[in-house]
Amino acid sequence: MTLLGRGVAGIAAAVRSKEASAREVLAESLAAIEQLEGELHCFHTVMAERAEAAAAALDEKVARGEDPGLLAGVPVALKDNMCTKGTVTTCSSRILENWVPPYDATVVTRLRAAGAVVVGKTNLDEFAMGSSTENSAFGPTRNPWDTARVPGGSSGGSAAAVAAGMVPLAYGSDTGGSIRQPASLCGVVGVKPTYGLVSRYGLVAFASSLDQIGPFTLSVADSALGLEAVAGHDPADSTSIDRPATSYAGLLEEGVEGLRVGLIEDFVSEVSPSCAEAARAAAEALGAAGAKVEEVSIPEVLHGLPAYYVIAPAEASSNLARYDGVRYGLRVGGPDVAAMNARTRGAGFGKEVRRRVMVGTYALSAGYYDAYYGQAQRVRTLVVEAFARAYERFDVLVAPMTPSEAFRLGEKTANPLDMYVSDVCAVPSNLAGHPAVSVPFALGAEGLPVGVQVLAPALGEGLMYRAAAVLEQAAPPAARGPVRPGGERRA
Amino acid sequence: MPEGFDLVVGLEVHCELSTATKLFCACPNAFGSEPNTNVCPVCLGLPGSLPVLNERAVEFAIRIGRALNCEVRPAVFHRKNYFYPDMPKDYQITQYDEPTNVDGFLELRDGSRVGIVRAHIEEDTGKSTHLGGSGRIHGADHSLIDYNRAGVPLVEIVSAPDITSAAQAREYVSELRAVLVATGASDGRMEEGSLRVDANVSVRPAGAAELGTRCEIKNLNSLRSLVRAIEHEAARQAALVSAGGVVRQETRHWDEEAGVTHPLRSKEEAYDYRYFPEPDLVPLVPDAELIERAEAAIGLMPAARRERLVALVGEGDSPGLADQVQTAIELSLDQLVLDAVAAGAEPRLALARAANEAAAKAEGARALSATAFAELLGLESAGTLSATQSKQVLAVLIDEGGAPAEIARRLGFEALEGGEVESIIDEVVAANTAEWERYLAGDEKVAGFLLGQVMKASKGRANGKIVAAALAKRRG
Repeated sequence: MTLLGRGVAGIAAAVRSKEASAREVLAESLAAIEQLEGELHCFHTVMAERAEAAAAALDEKVARGEDPGLLAGVPVALKDNMCTKGTVTTCSSRILENWVPPYDATVVTRLRAAGAVVVGKTNLDEFAMGSSTENSAFGPTRNPWDTARVPGGSSGGSAAAVAAGMVPLAYGSDTGGSIRQPASLCGVVGVKPTYGLVSRYGLVAFASSLDQIGPFTLSVADSALGLEAVAGHDPADSTSIDRPATSYAGLLEEGVEGLRVGLIEDFVSEVSPSCAEAARAAAEALGAAGAKVEEVSIPEVLHGLPAYYVIAPAEASSNLARYDGVRYGLRVGGPDVAAMNARTRGAGFGKEVRRRVMVGTYALSAGYYDAYYGQAQRVRTLVVEAFARAYERFDVLVAPMTPSEAFRLGEKTANPLDMYVSDVCAVPSNLAGHPAVSVPFALGAEGLPVGVQVLAPALGEGLMYRAAAVLEQAAPPAARGPVRPGGERRA
Repeated sequence: MPEGFDLVVGLEVHCELSTATKLFCACPNAFGSEPNTNVCPVCLGLPGSLPVLNERAVEFAIRIGRALNCEVRPAVFHRKNYFYPDMPKDYQITQYDEPTNVDGFLELRDGSRVGIVRAHIEEDTGKSTHLGGSGRIHGADHSLIDYNRAGVPLVEIVSAPDITSAAQAREYVSELRAVLVATGASDGRMEEGSLRVDANVSVRPAGAAELGTRCEIKNLNSLRSLVRAIEHEAARQAALVSAGGVVRQETRHWDEEAGVTHPLRSKEEAYDYRYFPEPDLVPLVPDAELIERAEAAIGLMPAARRERLVALVGEGDSPGLADQVQTAIELSLDQLVLDAVAAGAEPRLALARAANEAAAKAEGARALSATAFAELLGLESAGTLSATQSKQVLAVLIDEGGAPAEIARRLGFEALEGGEVESIIDEVVAANTAEWERYLAGDEKVAGFLLGQVMKASKGRANGKIVAAALAKRRG
């Protein structure tokens, strides 16, 4: 077995015990990237030299007998919207093509402190706006199961890198499904934690009230470690939850005996037969493991999507105002400041970003605010209240993750609304700030992986992981990565 | 005010808080540093950075609110969105419909009250310098931006439209400045821009109930320009209305040199600020402990301090004395005067030196030892030092500290012995016999000349009063 094949916990244990060095692990990861990157295009930047220096430093730490950390020697990839000091951070946008942050995001600092070795920055839809990674200014990422298909998005590069076995752990950001949807399409585990559990400091903002960083892994156990390493209060993020960090690893064996599980039927009827069937089968699997399973209707969740597509663009229109050509990033000159601003933004932002900035600006405009932004916030409140009622009756909820298996490149680029619908099952968790995980659970009618979603109330990551671990056991191994490009199983 | 019209003025005063650090980051809040040295990812608005509210700034804002008799409420920060190069995020974090302080008032010296609608917390912008061309943003060759000021905490104090004359506007700002300094939340320096005033000015036919259309006047950098701009704007609007015209609601720029206002932008082309709640911050709900701490830190208010000072120096009949009292209050130099008098200084002399000379170095003067100040004033009262000498010693005393008598010696101000004065007078009389004859003949016009010659010959060491007395004595 390769070192990478041992997963996050296995690699950290091997490096800690000196059975393997961090440099050996890194070499496997860099070799896999070298071999597969041309076909998949997961990365914008591979930080080989920095990673080698970090791995060497970690090996020395181990040699000195010091604690190398929870993620000792684990190669990690970061979505390219997380600031890395001294390494270009593009957000897949022309406007930040050459921008080098002078500081590290809190997650990056925490990962380095935990002994992880950052190997590179992954592709995404520009500023995380999209569901296929096709909105990247630097070309799409391809799904390793079928390179004619999208990996999902916006964190498609991170999802595909884990699915293809380039790295055992990658991080993405989830504003309206951007971790869970690509996880489902790539056959990996993807978690969007409770809003405020992971610091947003240094995550380039898309929609501040929804954005949350989370891990991609091949297994639920690795996911729990990947989340534990970055979670916890950060005084630099005012929305960070001030609560001691928790370890989830110990909970995974606890099972779901006696847990009350609700299957959200409103989503089941919205998705393809394969995806609906996977969700039903998942509910049954939890039942078979001792949970009390019932179907539940939460009709408010279907109003989440339109509310999301007002709130997220509104916040984005403000968050992206700073890319004006004055201080950093692209500048296209003009006869005066306003012209320079306009030309820079026109040239620097892609079509989808421009569309959302315009939608968001409109939604916040005098005379329209109440009808759009105000109304969307009221719907958001309804979604929150509906979940609160559901969690009086259930410990966790189960739902389909995506409306379909991975679609073909170009299939949905002509009509943005088709693309937006990809997020229908995902956005309610963002609106409510609740945690949710996508677990690979089946192969669909097209032979591609289908994920199932487990939703939990705020700070219910423990319950969420317990259910996810049971689903993982019940799922056919063929439904998850790693795979070589084209879907062939990797060793 | 033009005949037949009433003036209505509301003032918006931006006050920089004198916190050690900025509103949302740990960068120093300092005036006069090298450009772009007090900056970090947060106050530069770099991608990914997030604001963290400065609790000290909140405490200062509450001090101001309570000093202005406001109610302190839970507040929500909003984003005010508009593009401007000196604003790093292209939005300003401010408070909108739920500000921290609401519904207060300020009582002026004449007993009139001006309502305070709100006093809210917000961040300052950077500072642009436009070079070449016109020197304004349109027509400049290029611009330089200093972001040291970006993120400095401000409290914006919005008055009700209760002000009815330019003089009252001046009085309001001057009293407000004294209140702000008294709270310890601001140094109140208009010249350094830590206090900035915008005036909303409208006119209406005398006695009318309905308000006229207002114009907002910007670029008021001193009390003098505030008064001039309001008077000019009132006259402009009155003339316009009298001639059958209509006042357009617009923002106007005060041109200090030309003494006129001219339009910046009209309401039709005004920004739509697209306010919405700032998602990077949580609602600001000050707890009782913070409010108590803020209230306890507020010093004695100017009105009470003025009363105390007037009791010490007397009412007096010269407007000069009242001005000195006001200056001492505004600059918080009244405690120095009180302490110096307690240490034996003559009250009016203490006030005069504090309000006229020490005022130029107010910050140092507030830290001056009252005993040393009283000792200096004692030397002046006794005639050991002339007024001119005393002022010079005071300047050194404020800058460097030390003992006044020693400083006087160092500056060569040791009082001349009586004999020395007489011998200098001898020399002057010998060198200016014609003038001396005229003086003896009763020509008072040459007295000043002779005095000046003696002073000059003594190299300023002689005491003018003593010399004048000696000259008069010789004439008999």
